[in-house]
Amino acid sequence: MTAIIDLFSSDIVQTVLIGAALLGAISGMLGAFAVLRRQSLLGDALSHAALPGVCLGFLIAGGRDLGSVMVGAFATGALAALVMMLIVRRTSLKTDAALGIVLSVFFAVGIVLLTVIQTQGGSGSLGLMTFLFGQAAAILRSDLWVMGGVGLVALLLVLAFWKEFKLVSFDAAFARAQGFPVTALEAVLTVMVALAIVVGLQLVGVVLMVALLIAPAAAARQWTNSLGGMVVLSAAIGAASGAGGALVSATTRGLATGPVVVLIATGIVMVSLLIAPGRGLVWQATAARRARARISDGRVLATLQGFAQMHDDAGYPSERGMLQVALGVKPPAATLASLESRGLIRSVTHPPETTPHWELTKAGHSEAAALSGQPETRQRTT
Amino acid sequence: MIVLTGVLTGISAALLGSFLILRGNAMLTDAISHSIVFGIIVVWLLTGQTSGPVQVLGAAITGVLTVILSELLARSKLVKMDAAIGLVFPALFAAGVILISINARNVHLDVDSVLLGEIGFVWLNTVALFGVDVPVAVATLGAVLVVNLTFVLVLWKELKLATFDAGLAAALGFLPGVLHYAILTLTSVTAVAAFDAVGAILFIAFVVVPPATAYLLTRRLWLMVMLAVGFAVAAVISGYFLALHWNVSIGGMMASMTGVWFALALLFAPAQGLVAQALRARTERLDHDCRALVAHLFTHQDTPAMAEENTLRALVSHLRWTAPRARAAVLRAHDRDLIERRDGLLCLRPKGTAEVEAIFGRSNA
Repeated sequence: MTAIIDLFSSDIVQTVLIGAALLGAISGMLGAFAVLRRQSLLGDALSHAALPGVCLGFLIAGGRDLGSVMVGAFATGALAALVMMLIVRRTSLKTDAALGIVLSVFFAVGIVLLTVIQTQGGSGSLGLMTFLFGQAAAILRSDLWVMGGVGLVALLLVLAFWKEFKLVSFDAAFARAQGFPVTALEAVLTVMVALAIVVGLQLVGVVLMVALLIAPAAAARQWTNSLGGMVVLSAAIGAASGAGGALVSATTRGLATGPVVVLIATGIVMVSLLIAPGRGLVWQATAARRARARISDGRVLATLQGFAQMHDDAGYPSERGMLQVALGVKPPAATLASLESRGLIRSVTHPPETTPHWELTKAGHSEAAALSGQPETRQRTT
Repeated sequence: MIVLTGVLTGISAALLGSFLILRGNAMLTDAISHSIVFGIIVVWLLTGQTSGPVQVLGAAITGVLTVILSELLARSKLVKMDAAIGLVFPALFAAGVILISINARNVHLDVDSVLLGEIGFVWLNTVALFGVDVPVAVATLGAVLVVNLTFVLVLWKELKLATFDAGLAAALGFLPGVLHYAILTLTSVTAVAAFDAVGAILFIAFVVVPPATAYLLTRRLWLMVMLAVGFAVAAVISGYFLALHWNVSIGGMMASMTGVWFALALLFAPAQGLVAQALRARTERLDHDCRALVAHLFTHQDTPAMAEENTLRALVSHLRWTAPRARAAVLRAHDRDLIERRDGLLCLRPKGTAEVEAIFGRSNA
């Protein structure tokens, strides 16, 4: 226990945790918009495209300086976004091809620059490799201010343009018709995705950055239908994954932070997909089973009602075999049991036969009538 | 031999890539090439083999699995297809990287080589084939190329139909769904075979970029495939020598060169290039101005205002054109024999009158 307290009070661990949580929160917040606008894979392309910028920033600054690396990453990321737009608008190539081209070519250039740096043999070239997979432990206390600043800018932008972003995310055509500068707003959102990537590179690296954008947002989407709720929840999940990943990676030797963060976020997504109320798979399965049971109940009731009408006897006892012939399938015992427990049918015997028979109760008659939408069978007093 | 490895990779990838591009599945390559890392490490853990047919097939299954998982996830309607792809492959990739990290002490697979590949090291692993030592990568890639080539040649008609009209292909009983997975399976197999040489991410460049370049140049499928193969080979060879010259990553340089060819095609393609588009837009603008010019001249021809209206100056002051624009339009109209200068005034030639009639309709003439 004291070991854990020692761990948390350590200055480095605090820095790493705060940094990781901050990065996760920013990515989560901005990722929500990317996912809603179906631009998830744009994040992937832009994050790969940030690599040459990282290398350039490194080459120009002559070392691992967070400021210049971030500026470089942002510059090539934005350039990649522009090239993407150019290809999609001016050629007949589809979006996916444009994404693939930008992603792979920019990354290839980044790899070439990486080898340039390595042959120069700078002392920090190892530090550069951490940009591929992220290394939360490399976050310095001074870096926190930069990240905090970027996060604040992103937050202010989101708050300032909340209404516009909401409209563009959900109905861009309507926004255009209303006279909003949709292209400019989309550009701002894309720039913010690039910003999130630039900030997140430290934590998860260029290759896995896309997961930090998508996973928190996809998980948050399952729990809420409101944009505000989704953005806040997404930021919270991002922060939790970031901090959790940083903690695991810092306490285990040789584990890069990025993969751990991504697996934690993916775990949260899987849980959300399964159990989120109203949308989750478990929820869906339960609803489907209920619906099936309701239909099955209804068919049994209707069949019993039919027999009763046919014989002009409200208490007509029907045998299971008769139900089977009428329904085409054997009525499930569970259905009969549940109907009986709800007081809609009654198990009776019909001497001299020994097999169980069922008749509709009064409640059963009204239920069957309600289901079929027909007036209740005239009850013959017995 | 390094160039040969690259060429084999490039051709195999370009063959499949042409169809992937046309079908709009380019980003599935991205997903596949990332997640096979997971397959490669799992197969290694199970069998201890880092290359060879077992490894290729085993890891290729992961690639196809990624696609199936993404499609299942998208079909649940809980997330969109793009987000589904973006959820599945990073998860598998992350799991792969962690497995590598955990077993780092006894694997000679490391994270960098998985991502980037090291084509320069193909000689480290050789196999005797017909009495000659060839790198394993070359043997594997050669086999993959034969398979891909056979697939494309034998099923050419079916692939073409399923790519351009999946509905008709299905109606005719050609099973476009089966072809879809066949292409993706082969893509996975190729990705695994190529990952030694160029790494997971640079493989995407070979699949996507040369076919996209070819697509800018032609609309004929067979020509597109041939051009794609040509660009891939050109990128491999030029990339190799540039990499030697500058002493940088060979795989990275080869992939960068595919980008250079694409950029050139994007700018200078005869019909679809940006330069051609700009020229066409300029010509169209000029011709439009010509039409406005002849219409203007026709309206005022033989009217009292003619002396004032049918001049270059009127175009500037009445039509609010800039002087260069007016001059360019007049010159263009001259060149096309639409107008002539008579007594210092601009007058319509017969061809110009015909153009006006085409605009206003004959009844006004």
